[in-house]
Amino acid sequence: MNGADTAFVLISAPLVMLMTPGLAFFYGGMVRVKSALNMLMMSFISLGIVTVLWVLYGYSLAFGDDVGAGLLGDLGHIGFKGITPETLTGGKEGIPVFAFALFQLMFAVITPALMSGALADRVKFSAWALFITLWVSVVYFPVAHWVWQADGWLFKLKVIDFAGGTAVHINAGVGALAAVLVVGKRIGFKKDPMRPHSLPLVVLGTGLLWFGWFGFNAGSALAANGAAANMAMNTQVATGAAMLGWLAYERIRHGAFTTLGAASGAVAGLVAITPSGAAVNAFGALLIGVVAGAVCSWAVGLKFKLGFDDSLDVVGVHLVGGVIGTLLVGLLATDGVGGLTQLGRQAIGAFSVMAYSFTVSWLLAKLVDKTIGFRATEEDEISGIDQVFHAETAYDHTGVGAVTRTAAPALHRPAATPEQADREQADGERADQEQAAAPKNKKVDA
Amino acid sequence: MKLITAIVKPFRVDEIREALQTFGVQGLTVSEASGYGRQRGHTEVYRGAEYRVDLLPKARIEVLVEDDDAEDVIDVILKKAHTGKIGDGKVWVVPVETVVRVRTGERGPDAL
Repeated sequence: MNGADTAFVLISAPLVMLMTPGLAFFYGGMVRVKSALNMLMMSFISLGIVTVLWVLYGYSLAFGDDVGAGLLGDLGHIGFKGITPETLTGGKEGIPVFAFALFQLMFAVITPALMSGALADRVKFSAWALFITLWVSVVYFPVAHWVWQADGWLFKLKVIDFAGGTAVHINAGVGALAAVLVVGKRIGFKKDPMRPHSLPLVVLGTGLLWFGWFGFNAGSALAANGAAANMAMNTQVATGAAMLGWLAYERIRHGAFTTLGAASGAVAGLVAITPSGAAVNAFGALLIGVVAGAVCSWAVGLKFKLGFDDSLDVVGVHLVGGVIGTLLVGLLATDGVGGLTQLGRQAIGAFSVMAYSFTVSWLLAKLVDKTIGFRATEEDEISGIDQVFHAETAYDHTGVGAVTRTAAPALHRPAATPEQADREQADGERADQEQAAAPKNKKVDA
Repeated sequence: MKLITAIVKPFRVDEIREALQTFGVQGLTVSEASGYGRQRGHTEVYRGAEYRVDLLPKARIEVLVEDDDAEDVIDVILKKAHTGKIGDGKVWVVPVETVVRVRTGERGPDAL
């Protein structure tokens, strides 16, 4: 066992885990107050659902022995059957399979969570939970097998997807688009501007994503080596450049350097550099970043032009950013790999995943919609889905809201007996008198 | 007696209050207000989606003064509220029939 590599992967896995709550804040700040908690929960629930599925059959479907055509793993590792702490990946110098499986689990967790931003404010929580359960099972686990398992058909085709530009971002971006087309637009789309309720939360979430992304990208080397270091550096370079690219476009187009633009640009850069890994040099990373920032900034306007309501721009940032990164790495890859041949391979990877993910995601969303219903009722959507599905609201502002609220009957104390009531009243009066007798510390007004 | 009402930019309130105190004004009332004048509101941009904010935050200062002091008090307020940029606000004056101090029941100029 390689101790250094194992330690690195075991640290990278929790870094990737942190991205999901980071994503929750990134999205959570962008929605309106009335559905802020639901937005957080749509990401957070993935940590529960996908973890359970991963143990049951997810790991096996994605990384089990190939069933034939490079399309799917077998069910040989259900419940991690046959894997012990001593089981290593790739021979004596490998890392424990458990470390690899934990690391990969975090990818499986965040991918469906990425889609949630597209459906903000308007879907039933139960329907969302069912949708991502089906989606990771039928879309994510197979596609992860295609791209990352040595027998996967895209892996054998030599498609470069170092850390998930295809399997994660294109996959989630297209899945989100399909789901949005089934679910439909928010009430008030294009009429109400639907202003983000907390940009500081968005920046907090972006910071956590950026931090965790070092684990996501560098960790994908699965070794503490030069490729990991190169990828860590590329991650930083592309992200910084993309933030500037987005802001530059915005300043020219809309006249201001917005905070939301800086955060969105950073995420677009993180997405776009993800497929490249150590296959590009620092200048390649700079170029990928700037292009992704500017183009994604333009692309988020597409929903208004084309009329689909991708609430928080999952398509504009993840799909477009993922495609840019996946294609550019074909051209910019160093060591004699880059060129038109590789560009062609990258295109096959990107478009086959798009076609598969779009079709199946659309069918799954339809299935959910026809069975339990995907969408919240109009009344619930307008009044806010936090209270309906979570029995909570994100903020308790003092003032108007507070005085109109009363404790639910279950929370009231049992009715007092007359004796108790008298005693309490006497206590209250005594306290009042004591207070009146106490020296006044009140400040003298100037 | 006159009631002077000034709608001003909130960040000017402290300076105006200090200047009025120096001038000799004994008391005043400040409240938060929102509104717009000829310039209307402003525009915010979120990922290219524009959001019009029509009502801008303002502060309302109300001062009760004797008739002879009114012009001077207006001058003090104008001097301190003025930034030269759009949205500086307005000052207006209305006659007041009577003023009563709640604590003592004094009326008229004595109650100021």
